[in-house]
Amino acid sequence: MSEFLHMGGYAWYVWGSYGVTFACLALEIILLVNRETKN
Amino acid sequence: MKWFWYASPQTFYPLAAKLARACGVAAAVLAAAGLYVGLFVAPTDAQQGEAYRIIFIHVPAAWMSMFIYVVMAFWAGLGLALNTRLSGMMAAALAPTGALFTFIALWTGALWGRPTWGTYWVWGDARLMSELILLFLYFGFMALHASIEDPRRADRAAALLALVGVVNIPIIYYSVKWWNTLHQGASVSVTESPKMAASMLSGMLVMALAFWMYSVAATMLRVRGIIRERGLPSS
Amino acid sequence: MVVWRELLVAMRRRSDVATALLFFVIVVSLFPLGVGAEPNKLRAIAPGVIWVSALLSSMLSLNRLFAADHADGTLEQMVLGAAPLGVTAAAKALAHWLVSGFPMVIIAPLLALQYDLEPSLYGILALSLLLGTPVLSLIGGIGAALTLGVRGGGVLLALLVLPLYVPVLVMGAGAVEMASAGLGGLGQLLILGAMLIVAAAFAPWATAAALRISSE
Repeated sequence: MSEFLHMGGYAWYVWGSYGVTFACLALEIILLVNRETKN
Repeated sequence: MKWFWYASPQTFYPLAAKLARACGVAAAVLAAAGLYVGLFVAPTDAQQGEAYRIIFIHVPAAWMSMFIYVVMAFWAGLGLALNTRLSGMMAAALAPTGALFTFIALWTGALWGRPTWGTYWVWGDARLMSELILLFLYFGFMALHASIEDPRRADRAAALLALVGVVNIPIIYYSVKWWNTLHQGASVSVTESPKMAASMLSGMLVMALAFWMYSVAATMLRVRGIIRERGLPSS
Repeated sequence: MVVWRELLVAMRRRSDVATALLFFVIVVSLFPLGVGAEPNKLRAIAPGVIWVSALLSSMLSLNRLFAADHADGTLEQMVLGAAPLGVTAAAKALAHWLVSGFPMVIIAPLLALQYDLEPSLYGILALSLLLGTPVLSLIGGIGAALTLGVRGGGVLLALLVLPLYVPVLVMGAGAVEMASAGLGGLGQLLILGAMLIVAAAFAPWATAAALRISSE
């Protein structure tokens, strides 16, 4: 498991990429769903 | 299918909700599958180690950034030609998602470049520059649309801008073939057999499909918001 | 003829002509003050600095391209009028270039003196600007037409037009840089020429469409 998180030493780069991506996409969806349910 | 009936914003409104839900579920399932392949099944790369796993986000995001722009330009052109309201709204709904994927492509590209090329960014590489220009084109589209009060004029002006900028897309796509600077050449081609392991390729394709389904869902939600803003759902 | 009329109008506002040119001269002259006068550095950055300054100066005068006609109703007449709107748009772009771009082609070598640029490069510098600045005027016309009467005008115009300017900048400055490295700038110049042809063919048509959209 820790090897998985470590990503051969490239943890910052790999998880920095995946993390920011999913944060951005999640944020977009949250904002859009918010607009939907605002009424 | 009754295309022209759905061309009215009022009738499209409920359809968009259904599409959003269906594509949202599809996106989640595909993403789970893609991430499983990309993070667990695909083997470690001989030269780049684990760093290469960024490819499963970077390449699909880059593909989407270009694909969404082309679709946006399509709706823009359709709206200008046929003067339909929904076309302009679709173009406006696509832009933010397209910009987001462009940003993701640039961000993940930078994080991939640092350990492998030694640098986050380089000026003078045609593909990096064209992708950055694409981001500015999206921003320009959104800024122009937001600055014009009348929604119809805003749609049409932004549509023209989108069409003028579409010439950038082939430049991004072919830039790696025309100029050999830093970004590596195409490893995935429609005509030739792929030069990478099957699991890597399938991981990328599944993630690309996931992003595509996601984009449809997000765009459907956003166009519903635009339809509501213009006071149209009440028919 | 339409071009003649546009030229006359532009010439009458002589202060506008002078302002754009003066801006070009000042910006080019500012850089050595900012980056220090080390000769090798200046020689290296000269093509880029001159090109960026030309670009910015060309962009500054774009706002006025249609604004006056829009304000006094002449533009509406042009849109509805007898002459094809594309021709009028092309004429405006040509007038804009003659008044802002062309003077820059002439004085650029003089400004290059400040940067101790190799005299053998003056020719390619002028040629790159000669091919590139009309493209800037043509593309700029589209942006000016789209942002007519819109709030946030000038900055918005810059945001719209700069991404489209980048390829011209890269090719233009690149031609001079290639030549200074002894590799000849012919490739870049040819691409600039191609851009000019494409822009001349399509930009007036796009500008006309934008004018119609803006005056509805």
